[in-house]
Order: sequence, then C-alpha cells, then structure tokens
Amino acid sequence: MSVSSGSPIITSQTLPTWRQKEAEPFVRIEQINKQFGDFTAVNDVSLDIYKNELFCLLGGSGSGKSTLLRMLAGFESPTSGRIIIDGVDMSHVPPWERPVNMMFQSYALFPHLSVEANVAFGLKREGLPNHEVKKRVAEMLDMVQLGHLARRKPHMLSGGQRQRVALARSLVKQPKLLLLDEPLGALDKKLREETQFELMRIQEELGITFVVVTHDQEEAMTLATRIGVMNNGVIVQTAEPHEVYEYPNNRFVAEFIGNVNIFDGTVVTDERDSATIHCADTDSLIYVDHGISCAPNQGVSVAIRPEKMRISREAPTEINNHVSGVISEVAYMGSQSIFKVRLPSGKEIRVTQPNAQRDTGDRLTWDDKVHLSWDADSSVVLTS
Amino acid sequence: MKQHSLALKLSAGFGFVFLYAPIIALIIYSFNESKLVTVWGGWSLKWYAELFRNEQIMSAAWVSLKIAFISATLAAILGTLAGFVLSRMRRFRGKTMMAGWVTAPLVMPEVITGLSLLLLFVAMENMFGWPAGRGTTTIVIAHTTFCLAYVAVVVQSRLASMDETLEEAAMDLGAKPVSLFFLITLPMISPAILSGWLLSFTLSLDDLVIASFVSGPGNSTLPMVIFSKVRLGVTPEINALATLMILVVSVAVIAAIVIMRRQNRFQKP
Repeated sequence: MSVSSGSPIITSQTLPTWRQKEAEPFVRIEQINKQFGDFTAVNDVSLDIYKNELFCLLGGSGSGKSTLLRMLAGFESPTSGRIIIDGVDMSHVPPWERPVNMMFQSYALFPHLSVEANVAFGLKREGLPNHEVKKRVAEMLDMVQLGHLARRKPHMLSGGQRQRVALARSLVKQPKLLLLDEPLGALDKKLREETQFELMRIQEELGITFVVVTHDQEEAMTLATRIGVMNNGVIVQTAEPHEVYEYPNNRFVAEFIGNVNIFDGTVVTDERDSATIHCADTDSLIYVDHGISCAPNQGVSVAIRPEKMRISREAPTEINNHVSGVISEVAYMGSQSIFKVRLPSGKEIRVTQPNAQRDTGDRLTWDDKVHLSWDADSSVVLTS
Repeated sequence: MKQHSLALKLSAGFGFVFLYAPIIALIIYSFNESKLVTVWGGWSLKWYAELFRNEQIMSAAWVSLKIAFISATLAAILGTLAGFVLSRMRRFRGKTMMAGWVTAPLVMPEVITGLSLLLLFVAMENMFGWPAGRGTTTIVIAHTTFCLAYVAVVVQSRLASMDETLEEAAMDLGAKPVSLFFLITLPMISPAILSGWLLSFTLSLDDLVIASFVSGPGNSTLPMVIFSKVRLGVTPEINALATLMILVVSVAVIAAIVIMRRQNRFQKP
C-alpha cells in the first residue's frame, strides 16, 4: 500500500477507503467500555475499520488492545457499547457464531490432532461434506507451504511452521474478519521479517480484513494500512503509519513510536501560517511553519525526530531553530551514527546522521562542541 | 554424568533394602515347596495351584475386582466433574474451603471414614430402606467416596496446566460448548482421568479398613479374607496370593505413572 501524502492531486478513485468520506465502515466499534471490577480496561473506544484493511492496534502491555481484540472475537462481552461487523450487531453473539476467526499469540494448536485435523476442525463444525473439507484443507496447507507436513502433530513442528498452521487454521473458514494477536511475537528476527511480507501477501490475495494487535511499533509500521495507538484503554491516535510517525497528535504517541527529542516551551507568536516558541533549553526561538491556534503564552511541547536534526561544528547562519552543546556519546552503527549531545541546561538530545560518505578522518567525537539545527517544517508542536 | 559419592550410594541402597526386602522375601517364599512358611523346602508352584483351587479366596478376589472396577469408574466420572468445578469456577467466597472439602478424604483416618459411612448407611436403611443391608453396593459407594478425591485432584491439576486458549480457539472455530468438551477438553484430560482410574482401582483393591466397616455377610473382599486367614496363621498360599496382588497393583501404578509422564512430554512442546 503506497500512500503519498505529498502528491498534490488525489482522486477519490485512488483514495484508500478510510479517507473517503462516504465509505461504509466494515467493522464499527461504538463507544465500547470494558470493566474488570474497578479496573477499566477499555474506556469509551469508538473505531471504524474498513473492508480489506490491515488495521494494527498498537500499545504497551495493559493498554487494552488485547481486551478490545477479545471483544471482537466474542471472548469478552463489553460492559457497554456495540460492535457491528458487516452491518450485524455482534455484541451478544457467542464466539462460535461470529464470522470472525482469531490467530492466537500462543497459536493454540490442538496438541492431540494432526496438522490436517487442526485445519479441518473449523470446517467440520460447519458440517461441510468430507471431500469438500479435504479439498479446502489441502489448498490452505499448500498456500502456507505445509502440504508435506499434514500428518504431523504440532509438537513435531518448528515455531515458524506452527505459526503457519495457526494462520491456515484461522483462514480456512474464510472469515469476514481475521484477528491476529501478536502474530509474529514468538518468531526470531529473520523469520519475523519474512513472515511480515507473507502476511501482507496473503491478506491482499484473500481480501480479508485483518486486525492485528502488537506491541512492536516496527511491526505495526510495516504491516498496517492504519494504526490505532492505544494507551490506558483509550485510542490516542488513529492514522496511517507515516502520519503516526511524522504527525503524532500528542506526546504519548510521539514518544511511543520511534525516538524523539522534546522541548517544552511557551508560545510567543501564533499566526495563521507560522508560530514561534520560546524554550529555555534552546539558544534561539523555535520557529514552525504552521499556526498552532492556541492562547498566547500557552505551554507546548516541540517534538523533533533525531534524524531530522543536523549536527555540525560550524555555527548555523539561521536566526532560529538551533541549539549548541557537547557530544557526550557516540555510537557508530555502520549505516548511521547516533550522537547524544548535552546542552548547557543539562538536557540530552539524540541525533542520528546517515554515514553517507566514507570516513573522512574528521569524524565528530566525544567532547566536541557542536551546533544542532533543523528546518521549520521538521518539528511537530504538541499541545497535549 | 556426575559421579555419586559412596555415602550417597550406600544410603540409597539401604533405603531400598529397607523398603523392598520384606516384599522380596514374601515373593521368594511364595515359591516355597514346604508347608511351613518359615522353612525353605525348594522351588515350587504348588501353592499357586492350591490358591486357584481355594474357592473362598477365588470368590473374594472376584468380589474385590468387581468392586474395584465399578468404584474406580464411578470415581473417575464424579471426580472429573469435581475437578472441573474446582478449576473452572470463578473465584467465589468459600472456594478454597470447597476445595478442602473435596480433598479432605485423602487425609481422613480410614477408621473414621469407615465408621461414619456405616452410620450413614444404617440411618438411610432405617429411613428409606435403601441400601438394604450391607454388601457390594455399600462397599462400592464407600470406595467411590474416597477415590473420587484422588481423581478430582489429578484432573484439577491437569486442567490448571492446560492452555485455556485451546478452548477459546475451538469456540472461535465454531465449536459449541458440548462439542468443545468432547472434542478438545476431554481428549486433553483423558490421560489424567485414566491414571486417576488406575489409582482408584488399586486403592479400592487394597482397602481393608473401610471395607470391613461397610461390608455384609458373604461379601468379604480379598484383603478381608487374607486378614482373617492370617490371624489363624500364615499359610504359603497367602504368600502366593500376596505376590499376585503386588503384581496387579504394581502394573496399575506403573501404568498410571507412564501415562502421566507421556502426556506431560506431549503437551509441552
């Protein structure tokens, strides 16, 4: 899915469904609440998911993302609110009657059944004739490239193979909605990357709507058409991956996804197309190329990603958007270097620079006095 | 492999001798030719042949096996239900106490269990005329009562270690509660039920005290017959019988252990 927000003209043909105003959502979550005793796991969440989306719920542990997923599957019933899937209110439909299947984090393969029988389990419950079951199971196992292991028991498979059996088992009933709970969590790094692309391929091939729960931001960024960032039972931001990264709408999202430097300050001027912010940590005013529309002297945070800062020994010529300090740490990573720069105020700033040239012998190093600068459109002003 | 010290080997050896020397002596003497139990008269299977001709012992053995089979089966069914309740009910006030009640018969002195059951049976007979007199039925009820506790404990611990997402996965794939139980839960806990059944079978076969309280005339179990015979003096026949009982019980216990082991290895990949 390639969506370039920078392209000047986007017709409604090429616009993804979630950006079309008139599009009908496929899954509607309406003001869902879930309470466990005194604890509110999910707090008044409303969310629309569209057909063929690969929607990621991203959050830390205890953020409510898994509870929300379990309510979609029907294992938990909401304390209040409604869940509508494909136009049908599912709030009180038991799990075995929902057109939804789930792939569990632990895979939950039935240990006493063979791979084949695991995949066939759901189809047999529908009462399909035997030859039909056989045919569909074989097709599905071929799709995940496990046809040759059909007669094995789950404990004779590797982790990656088990993951694929679990996927096949949850897809074989052709659910309207597939829920995946940390689908790649138990795999090692290399297998993870391969499987990510595999998942995206399968999703596009079958045209099933996916909802993925994950705590891994990289996973969410690569997989998702849209991401819902959750914290304390609330969805804090719902947006496409690049928007979540480049335009976080609050401090939690900015800090949760990727690395970020945050300067606290107060608004000095605020106009329609520009604003300046005074910040105690910086040598100059921070200038941004958009208005903030807030009260004068309001306290705000300015977030700047490490890769959007320039680092140099020479002082910048611009009046605004720079700060100087001393390098306190250097990490050479091959393709890039990470610098930590200590400001006179004691604050540490993280800067990453691509190593575009080979070592020139004039590398920045510990205790060098450096100047950091950034462009007016690189920073994001956060009011919450 | 670590070398074990001599002291360790010695103490292990001493322990085993202490535990098994009497049993080994009994087994050896069961093949004794002599009529006198304590005098060795050469190898023979004579007393085994004698044993199978003894009608009193044979009928008692039949009664014992019948009772053991029926009460193990009843205990397996009821114990599974109890184990289910204990592991699956959400926490409620008094749950711990209820768990204690189910397992109390494990530590209750047999004399007390036997006596209280006897009193109950007599009272019931006076009130509604059932069970009429004491015999096989009352022994079966009594054995089921205390074997149930063993099965409940084994099944409960199996259920507790079972991955609950397996059941959720089955529901998710369209299994209604009844088919979920028979297709997923039961196969998963069946080794525990089977080993509980085997344990119950041996417990029932071994029991003397409770059976003596609740049995009636003409319904003596094998341990009761042995005990009454031994009081008149040990015969080599009894040695032969005891050897056979040890064989049956060991096979059942070893089978139970093997089944539990296999399921553990198989469930945790």
